[in-house]
Amino acid sequence: MAYFLLRRTVGFVLTLLAVSVVVFAVMNVLPGDPPLTILGLDATDDALAALREQLGLNEPLLTRYISWVWNALHVDFGISHSFRVPVSTLIGERLPLTVSLAVAGMAVTLILALSLGIGAASKHRQVGDWGVMFLSQLGIAVPAFWLSMLLVLLFAVKLRWLPPGGFAGWSDPVAAMRSLVLPTVALALVQSAVLARVTRSSALEVMRQDFVRTARASGLSRRRVLWRHVLPNALVPIVTIVGMQFAALVTGTIVIENVFYLPGLGRLIFQSISNRDLPTVQALVMLFAAIVVTANFIVDLLYVVIDPRLKVRA
Amino acid sequence: MRRLPANFIIGAILVTLVVGAAALSLVWTPHEATQMNIRDKFAPPSAEHWLGTDQLGRDVVSQLMAAARNSMSVALIAVLLGGSIGVALGLLASAIGGWVEDGVMRLADLGFAFPALLFAIMLAAVFGPSLTNAVLAIAFINIPVFARVTRGSANQVWTLDYVSAARAAGMNRFAISRDHILPNIAAAIIVQATIEFAVAILAEAALSYLGLGAQPPAASWGRMLSEAQTLMYLAPQLAIYPGLCIVIAVLGFGLLGDGLRDITDPRLTRER
Repeated sequence: MAYFLLRRTVGFVLTLLAVSVVVFAVMNVLPGDPPLTILGLDATDDALAALREQLGLNEPLLTRYISWVWNALHVDFGISHSFRVPVSTLIGERLPLTVSLAVAGMAVTLILALSLGIGAASKHRQVGDWGVMFLSQLGIAVPAFWLSMLLVLLFAVKLRWLPPGGFAGWSDPVAAMRSLVLPTVALALVQSAVLARVTRSSALEVMRQDFVRTARASGLSRRRVLWRHVLPNALVPIVTIVGMQFAALVTGTIVIENVFYLPGLGRLIFQSISNRDLPTVQALVMLFAAIVVTANFIVDLLYVVIDPRLKVRA
Repeated sequence: MRRLPANFIIGAILVTLVVGAAALSLVWTPHEATQMNIRDKFAPPSAEHWLGTDQLGRDVVSQLMAAARNSMSVALIAVLLGGSIGVALGLLASAIGGWVEDGVMRLADLGFAFPALLFAIMLAAVFGPSLTNAVLAIAFINIPVFARVTRGSANQVWTLDYVSAARAAGMNRFAISRDHILPNIAAAIIVQATIEFAVAILAEAALSYLGLGAQPPAASWGRMLSEAQTLMYLAPQLAIYPGLCIVIAVLGFGLLGDGLRDITDPRLTRER
């Protein structure tokens, strides 16, 4: 077990390092002159030279990379050009909204996908099963941002039940929750399409096995067998997809924040692109990629918790 | 003759519809797609404008057709570019094995840490947003996908007797990869390419919607939607058509890919 943990942890740290090299390389090595991008074509040579000095661009590449990583480990991502405050402050202010959206989205996804998937499996080859499969095929093809627009059209424009977008802050919790309902639903509906499908096929696989028949024969109710015996044994493929979906969740959160004008990290990254605020973009891309890598690492560890047999092979 | 699977037939019909509209737009659209006519803005559907006009009086059907063409071109270039690099890497990994194989696969793992959106964001921050950057970002995420599929299928073929025979006859690994491995894994690669085509269409739409892809006045379903969003109280119908086109295209290529897989590899058929 210790060996397994050590191997996975070393792999995780190496992947993070490699990701940081890629992010740094794309943002700093590709031909392109950040001061020129920031100041525009009619900047004076003096101004360009001053900004180059301020950005530390006269240092060798390796020194810049090492100091970027070192500072990042100390939660120092430099100063944002456009906001003129530390990037870490900007991230700190916007993190709670993005995390709330992502966690709520994932929670609703899990509830929806597991119930629909298990439900469809238990109604195999009946109308309910067919309906879930049809909806999930459709859900995979519907872009999250379009679904968001449709939800806004229905619930904000036509019925006027919920706000079409924007976020007034946490001081009024009820208003804050109301602003997050449509974004969460949009995020979750698209995510659960894939997951419901995997849950269904994984559950069907388990339901064919002998111990399920034994459990039914020993008098347990259908519902109890499904949730207590089928689901836990169907979890490995489900957890794999959940892990892979973290990448989609990160992307989804960035998109959804922009659709609903929510002032989170996804909105910040787009403001920073328009403002040519490279240190902020670099920090945020690294943060998002690190979240994806960390999620995959956690999934790797979860496998062993769910199915101890995998430890031997790992 | 075996019956074709339903997903293949439905997929083929939808794909023909979209590709047909895209091809037709090369020679004919009802109106010039970028032709503005402010006096005719927000026109309702009519014989003149089948789906009406937008906020600048542009014909919606013509724009949708031009957007189909752009979307198909982006997906085709991105999948071809990323696919050829990925297939080459996968074949190389499988042919040489050892640390080369490990290295390529670790690189592929790394690629999975970057969704297309993150890559497009980095390119847009450095070079400014453009359709070229969107194509590059989509191509980039395709590399690890194809590298994995190719290596997995190629490794199976390498264990077959006729490959051993070719090696015994003195053929070198690269010639074997080209003449014996590639033709035998082509089906798996084509199936993957069809599915990735659907993913690419979805990614292009999202990037263009966010302003990281097609720039005005180029027609794009994603960009049409981002313009329609600001007009939702005024002209909600404009927010419907481009989305439907995206769904038809993505669903079509997705079903076609699933269907092709069921035909070429019946063992993988999911329904039992």
